[in-house]
Amino acid sequence: MVQKLDRLKESPSQTAGPYVHIGTNPNSVEIKGVWNEDLGSRMLNTQTLGERIVLEGRVLDGSGAPLKDVLVEIWQADAQGLYPSPQEKRGKADPHFAGWGRQPVDPVTGIYHFETVKPGRVPYRDGRMMAPHVTFWLVSRGINLGLHTRLYFADEEEANAQCPVLARIEHTRRIPTLIASRSEANGLATYTFDIRLQGEGETVFFDI
Amino acid sequence: MSDDGSYFQRDRAWHPPAFTPDYKTSILRSPRFPLLSLDNTISELTGPVFGDALLGPLDNDLIRNYAKDGDPIGQRIVVYGRVLDENARAVPGALLEFWQANAGGRYRHRKETYLAAIDPNFGGCGRAITDSEGRYEFRTIKPGAYPWPNGVNDWRPAHIHFSVFGHAFAQRLITQMYFEGDPMIWQCPIVRTIPDKAAIEQLVAALDRNATLPMDALAYKFDIVLRGRRATMFENRPEGN
Ligand SMILES: [Fe+3]
Repeated sequence: MVQKLDRLKESPSQTAGPYVHIGTNPNSVEIKGVWNEDLGSRMLNTQTLGERIVLEGRVLDGSGAPLKDVLVEIWQADAQGLYPSPQEKRGKADPHFAGWGRQPVDPVTGIYHFETVKPGRVPYRDGRMMAPHVTFWLVSRGINLGLHTRLYFADEEEANAQCPVLARIEHTRRIPTLIASRSEANGLATYTFDIRLQGEGETVFFDI
Repeated sequence: MSDDGSYFQRDRAWHPPAFTPDYKTSILRSPRFPLLSLDNTISELTGPVFGDALLGPLDNDLIRNYAKDGDPIGQRIVVYGRVLDENARAVPGALLEFWQANAGGRYRHRKETYLAAIDPNFGGCGRAITDSEGRYEFRTIKPGAYPWPNGVNDWRPAHIHFSVFGHAFAQRLITQMYFEGDPMIWQCPIVRTIPDKAAIEQLVAALDRNATLPMDALAYKFDIVLRGRRATMFENRPEGN
């Protein structure tokens, strides 16, 4: 026998199941009055700095069908590229920006919808700048361990070309699975980002 | 100990794999390409933090936080424990959200079709934030087992779902708590997505007779472990942030 290491094992994951919204977004499933507002439902207020944008899309299974029960969380830097986190040592993030959002998808269409701001660039480990991006985390019935991916912006071609993370994707034809397309209506940009769990065009997921 | 280290690589043999055919829904929802390994950047080392100001006085009391005209039916229990990291250090300020079926095994949800009755006094959700020593507790009723569509006759053991936020998005975790002594644990296709018996046992809460509230509630202890960070004691790695 050898001495025991003072390490613990991470608790193993289990699926969020079909009723995850009872715990995370109870108001969205008609459990009213426990708390007033579902956490993560608003990322902005009137004073938030930066370009307001919408992120929209669906999460598709291996048959191409949109998931109706998936929960989507996002985490991103503010417009200046600072995270609202105590771990952020480079400066103070916009106090009017949450950085984190969480939404169920529409139970009929399967579309998620976030109102946020375009994030600024943040550095990679070696100081090179990553392209602006939004971290996505997906949980649902049938997903045994939450899936991490990133949304990048189609109109940031130059930054995307220099991004050290995108550069690590050996199969370059998979890079477009991380890039949201831009459309504009009434001066408001919407970025559309469909996530494919499996099959043709499977999204790149990260082991972080 | 530096605060700048990355999180330990996740032991993916300890977690359930994505593709677990006995749990049928995973078949079409599991990525087939390998995950792209990404050293933690500031995007993963940071994460949202939540303060106690978020919490209402009944947020950790599922017996009362939805009650309309009396207490919910069922075995009253207290669930308590600590949130730790892989270095066995407390994680203070962790937000835990929990949700569960009622004593009959029925969820309050429009998609739920199980015959067991809705309890008018039970909503089934709550939340807590760990204190400076990583401790949390809440009061609820023991959930019932319930059948679910997978095989023609599959049943879930009694369980409580947990969602946990640590200090970094890399630590984000959703899992489930089971109850000591429940024979239903070992026949469940969702439990069995976890390959290692010791890993499953890490999700089984212990009945704690000493923490019971006499003439009131049984108590179960459930500790949760989040990923831990590398210490950078002797390492002089350039940090990008
Ligand atoms: Fe459940």
